[in-house]
Amino acid sequence: MLLTVVILLPVAAAAVLLTVPRLTGSTATWVWVVASLAELVLIAWMWLRFDPGTGAAGVTGGLGYEVDVQWIPTVDAGYHVGVDGLSLPLLGLTAVLFLACAIWSLRQSDRPRMHAAAFLFLETACVGAFAALDLILFFVFFDLTIVAMYFVIAGWGHGNARRSALKFFIYTFIGSLALLIGFIGLFLGGETRTFDMVALAQNPPLTDSPVAGGLVLLAIGIGLGIKTPVFPFHTWLPDAHTDAPAAGSAILAGVLLKLGTYGFIRIAMPILPDAWQRWAMVPVVIGVISVLWGALAALAQKDVKRMIAYTSVNHMGYVLLGLGAAGLAADADPQARAVATVGAVYQMVSHGLLTGALFLLAGILWSRGRSYAFNEWGGLARPAPVFAALLAVAAFGSLGLPGFASFIAEFQVFTGALQAAPVATITAVLGILITAGLFLNTLQRLLTGTTVVPDDRTDTDTDLTEPADAVAGGATATLARPRRDQQMTDVTAREVLAIAPLLILAVLLGLFPRLLLDVIEPAAVMVTDLVSR
Amino acid sequence: MTAGPGVLIALIVLPAAVGIALLLTGRRGDRWAAPAAVITTVVALAGAGIVLADRPRTSLPFLGLVDGGDLRFDVDGLSAALVGLVAVISLLVTWFAAADLPPEAARGRFFGFFLLFIAGMYATVTAATVPALLLAWEVMGATSYALIGYRWQEPGKLTAGTRAFLTTRAGDLGLYVAAGATLAGTGGLVLGDLPTAEGGWQHVAAAGVLVAALGKSAQLPFSAWLSGAMQGPSAVSALLHSATMVAAGGYLLLRVQPLLEATGWAAAAAAWSGALTALVLGAIAVAQRDLKQLLAASTAAQIGFVVLAAGTGAVAGGSAQLVAHAAVKAALFVAAGAWLTSLGTKQLAGLRGAARRHRGIGAAASVAALALGGIPPLSLWATKEQVLAGTDGTILRVVGFAASAMSAVYAARMLTVLLARPTGGEPLDAEEPGTRRVPVAVTVVALVLALFAAGLGVLAWPPVAEAFDDVVGAAGAAPGLSELLLGGLLALASFAASFLILRARPALVQSLEDSPLGRWVGLGHLLSARPALAVARAVAVVDDRVVDRAVMGAARVVRRAASYVAQADGRIVDGAVRATARGFRWAGGVARRPQTGLVHQYYVQVAAGLGFLLVLLLVVR
Repeated sequence: MLLTVVILLPVAAAAVLLTVPRLTGSTATWVWVVASLAELVLIAWMWLRFDPGTGAAGVTGGLGYEVDVQWIPTVDAGYHVGVDGLSLPLLGLTAVLFLACAIWSLRQSDRPRMHAAAFLFLETACVGAFAALDLILFFVFFDLTIVAMYFVIAGWGHGNARRSALKFFIYTFIGSLALLIGFIGLFLGGETRTFDMVALAQNPPLTDSPVAGGLVLLAIGIGLGIKTPVFPFHTWLPDAHTDAPAAGSAILAGVLLKLGTYGFIRIAMPILPDAWQRWAMVPVVIGVISVLWGALAALAQKDVKRMIAYTSVNHMGYVLLGLGAAGLAADADPQARAVATVGAVYQMVSHGLLTGALFLLAGILWSRGRSYAFNEWGGLARPAPVFAALLAVAAFGSLGLPGFASFIAEFQVFTGALQAAPVATITAVLGILITAGLFLNTLQRLLTGTTVVPDDRTDTDTDLTEPADAVAGGATATLARPRRDQQMTDVTAREVLAIAPLLILAVLLGLFPRLLLDVIEPAAVMVTDLVSR
Repeated sequence: MTAGPGVLIALIVLPAAVGIALLLTGRRGDRWAAPAAVITTVVALAGAGIVLADRPRTSLPFLGLVDGGDLRFDVDGLSAALVGLVAVISLLVTWFAAADLPPEAARGRFFGFFLLFIAGMYATVTAATVPALLLAWEVMGATSYALIGYRWQEPGKLTAGTRAFLTTRAGDLGLYVAAGATLAGTGGLVLGDLPTAEGGWQHVAAAGVLVAALGKSAQLPFSAWLSGAMQGPSAVSALLHSATMVAAGGYLLLRVQPLLEATGWAAAAAAWSGALTALVLGAIAVAQRDLKQLLAASTAAQIGFVVLAAGTGAVAGGSAQLVAHAAVKAALFVAAGAWLTSLGTKQLAGLRGAARRHRGIGAAASVAALALGGIPPLSLWATKEQVLAGTDGTILRVVGFAASAMSAVYAARMLTVLLARPTGGEPLDAEEPGTRRVPVAVTVVALVLALFAAGLGVLAWPPVAEAFDDVVGAAGAAPGLSELLLGGLLALASFAASFLILRARPALVQSLEDSPLGRWVGLGHLLSARPALAVARAVAVVDDRVVDRAVMGAARVVRRAASYVAQADGRIVDGAVRATARGFRWAGGVARRPQTGLVHQYYVQVAAGLGFLLVLLLVVR
């Protein structure tokens, strides 16, 4: 019951927002903030009362807050939701990120009511997808996230927003169709025809037909691979991020990308253990390619936001490396493979926090100067030292410095995957060197040197240009474009309140990892056991 | 006693906590940053004393699932020696920094990172598991970046810091790989289990650790980052880039010496790497025209002896060398910092006769320089002989002796300049306006360090050497009296010869400075980022023009196919429907024809129709 409330609370708040006419302007965003805060409190409550178990627990049993209601009896699709050590961290991440974005959006002046409603709807879709334990339910929420994010990017983005949103929508939607084909394959391949994830994991389908299993895994893999995104399906990501609003980018990178990797660990690995074991080198290789490709492409970008987008490709590559290595049961001890799995899940949380913070910081640049280009900004540490400090912390976190959650994640992925796939892992380790280079380069170009802000440009935004007085004599008013000698102003309290908690959490999880590891480890061990069958 | 483990934790956590607090307060904490830092290092010294006596071990929960995933800290003999080193040197250099930093500097930021580094160093030398080691190791690298780039407003500083961080990070990749190999080979992440790792994983782990240590200690081929690191403030050079952080690589190799020995090739690689670095970097040191660059090159060379010791198994000798070198180099960098502040230059041309200007600093620097040259009976003479006593193999020995002689040469180089009579025309204030005074605190620090630099020569005396061996817990080949005398004579001879030659032939010095040795034999080009940037640009272009175009091309193909389908739909399918309609209209037109209105024609039609029906009836039946 509690889980259902957690899933539906945001959309209920959205309904309230849309129906009650008095909730306009900043009040609407405050409703969003309150709803997000309530969501976070509820999920924290769930976390405290959840018993992760010891040894191996989760996925096929030991689920918390489980609800199972029949929906489509003929195909045994039901409203089956629950949490375990895999989904609970991601639920927490979702709640934290959406609250941060809500606080960030308090100054949203462009249709705040619709904006808040869209994000609340998106929050329900995300939470539902992570909580779903039924393939059809998962698919429904998966698609709803794509729809909601389309509206966010198209409605509140900038630049080529419509085009980028459409590209994102069509590309990931095709992926979700591939996913659906895979799900139907799973349904048809089982002895008992069902869409229930828990039942399928307990009795994996297609065990006696390796070809069919491989094809179904291919379909699911393509679908999730487009969402993750891995090379070569990643090209929708840079465009979508560059043109999305700051809060939209933070959620896209922080939460939506995790749906892809979460699908791998929740669906592909436990339900298709044979196929995953047989084809495990494929995610390993694709992961390594994504790591290096993403890092190198990021290094060459001239636009901060595009660069951060490519680092997402890099970071998700580590997740795939870890999950792939976990499937190489013949080549490695179960201990090492479990460590790799834990690292992969930890990376999902860590990347969400740090990249979410990075995108909000990039949003600060946009709000000051309407530009993300490296050559239009410089020497910002002088006028904006707090911004510089936050950016430096986020950059070092993102490059995987120990003391941050990303180190815990990447260290465990490398340590666990080396035994199973030594050459691939040694190649992937180069990724942390390249990301170190690109982030230090970014810090140097943005923060040091002569202070530079983008030139004034002919904006159409009314809140930036001031109307000049009409020419005396009643002639047509010449709207003089004032030279915006606006210096880079340092972060406001609202911006710090949105960004700092994400970074603090990243440091906390880097120094006291047991807070999260106690929840993840039993479920990760369970997944590793299940995939070794 | 039970206090030990807690004190060990506090030893690491207290400087870190105070450091972070200083960083968070920003400029507002500037006034009490220096006192806080000095007090912290004093408290740490006391804690270090307790830890040295107690030799505790402690553990903090960190990672799970495997043995050794926790943050385990263990003070054995080797760690004890290093803890003592860090405690004393960090206290003295912090005091120096408090006196040397200009009053308007951002002290909070400086001492914040300084203390964070010190905490990292304590953690590094006591770490017993791979996660603990890697955590501390990388934190040291990050604080080094922040401290080298402390005056980021000045061009080039942050670039130097970036170069240093990226080079050491490249080496650290070896530690990540070694971690995986440790888990694969031993089933856990405990450092002490490494020598027992199975088969191929042992070699992988050894290779990884070797690369990481060589990178951190600025050994060949990584040495160029140390040159750039000299852009940092003097206190940073004195603590990080001479006494502690670069020593961490040597320490690591001493720590895993059993592993190096077990793999065979790793020990040989370490020994040769150390010996060659000592020789080549020694030669580079002679050819420098900047005092800090000379000291940087000599740091790499002296740590080379430690690496050599790790390769040959002389753990006691190597740790003695670390301790002695820390005191010597710290003293020299403190002096260099004092002269930079006072005379405004660190170029050797401007420092001519600097030892005579301020007598206290001058005396300290001279003693330290003599010690650096390995002149008996000072510290580095004793420790270097301990290291060289452990080397076997003639070529390696010859290289070792040559490197030893080289250290005397660059010590002479230094002293010919520092002790010369100042002509009064030296280019002072070349880098910043000098204050022409040296604070008392700075002189005291330098003298104390020089005292250690000289006093540690007592390690040549067998009873003291044996006591030190006991502390470290390793048995080393003690150098015999003849070896000590021979080494001392070699050092004295090289020193004297160089002193005289360099004094008599200034042109020789000039030509050395202009030679490739003066430019660090182009080692900096090895660390260039240009190849990586070129590859990155190529990747970005391929991503846009090939991968994305393929996707958009697929979309265009689909759109074109859709328009064809739409045309086909309109022309063919709908055309067939329209044709059918036309057909019916034509049929309707034809059907109207017989309606002529002429009755006789209707009769004909009726007759024809009846006849047709009759024929049909007959046929069907």
